[in-house]
Amino acid sequence: MRIVHYLNQFFGGIGAEEHAGKSLEIREGAVGPGRLMEQFLGEDARVVMTLVCGDNHAVERQEELTAAVLEKVKEANPDLFVAGPCFDAGRYGMAAGALCAAVKSTLGIPVITAMSEENPGADLYREALFIVDSGVNAAKMRDVLLKMANLGKKLAAKRAVGLPAEEGYLRRGLLRDQIVEDRAATRLVDMLMAKLQDEPFESEMLPTTFAPVPMPSAVKDMSKAKVMLITDGGLVPKGNPDRISGTAATRWGAYNIAGLDDLRGEEYEVSHGGYDTRFVQDDPDRLVPLDAMREMETRGVIGKLHEEFLSTCGRSNPLSNTRRLGREMAEKVKREGVDAVILTST
Amino acid sequence: MVQITSALPIAKMVGSNRVVLGNGIVHVTGDAKLPPEDEKKLRRELVQRALDALQSNEK
Repeated sequence: MRIVHYLNQFFGGIGAEEHAGKSLEIREGAVGPGRLMEQFLGEDARVVMTLVCGDNHAVERQEELTAAVLEKVKEANPDLFVAGPCFDAGRYGMAAGALCAAVKSTLGIPVITAMSEENPGADLYREALFIVDSGVNAAKMRDVLLKMANLGKKLAAKRAVGLPAEEGYLRRGLLRDQIVEDRAATRLVDMLMAKLQDEPFESEMLPTTFAPVPMPSAVKDMSKAKVMLITDGGLVPKGNPDRISGTAATRWGAYNIAGLDDLRGEEYEVSHGGYDTRFVQDDPDRLVPLDAMREMETRGVIGKLHEEFLSTCGRSNPLSNTRRLGREMAEKVKREGVDAVILTST
Repeated sequence: MVQITSALPIAKMVGSNRVVLGNGIVHVTGDAKLPPEDEKKLRRELVQRALDALQSNEK
């Protein structure tokens, strides 16, 4: 069994943060964690190539890195592509996820990676990939590599993979058919009885969890701040030029309001199912409070109102999708030097 | 960021840090029942509350 292994500059032995800008380096054979991985994979397993790249380089030039890695992996033609484990290293996790996804979809080669549940790479790639739950503690390297090796062997041999808890990978949020002995009503009552008696039971539907969001510090001088309006209530210009769907939207739009003091119903429409949109249709300021914000700007309460408002529809949308929309909007907010955002949500 | 919303449980669930309670799902920053001038006054107040929240470090 031939393996290609991707590591960041730290685990690849180049060095710590000061080497995060290093570009892709190719090593023959196993490096660092790859040696133990080789042992766990069995006697016939060999890491034929190790790819090492600095975390900053990997994230800043992801397309370039992905293309270079795809070329190298294609040449080496391995039975399995391994990246990490990345623990809670965010840039490392993002790169490992992106590379695994590319190798899997472009070359059809089985892939395995590992990171902690809180790693931003886990959010992005848990649906597409098997990501072993590494936790945040790198001292658990040995246990994590063993799980990666076991799951990797199964994937390479195209054997059936068990449930997340059995194999130690992060829940992918996928539904899988399974034959069970008891019907739903019986299982439900069993669970309820267990709950009432304080006995352990396992729910078949886990609630979504949200990692805490750090609170950004307060705006110091509002009279100099650039403020942007964003809504998830689906307000779009007449004709919905970006074709933002009224349910499970995959896109967002940025709409110019420079020089406008008021939003007029004739020029807008609402792409959002579920709530009665007639009031907003009559006067869009009821959702995107442009008139009041323009006054604040004129009175000097705020420095400047950003010349565009952003809009999408927040209805019935998978989290993986809304997280991407949020991330894309946040990138624009950052890029355009916005100091504060008012988000109106229906 | 500050969020103006009438769906407070959702804002709490997702961990929104600065929340101002809006004036209803169907018109977060308005009120169709009020005469236009009063409605605008309400909107000014809501926006001012949002700006105040942005300048505070309290949740």
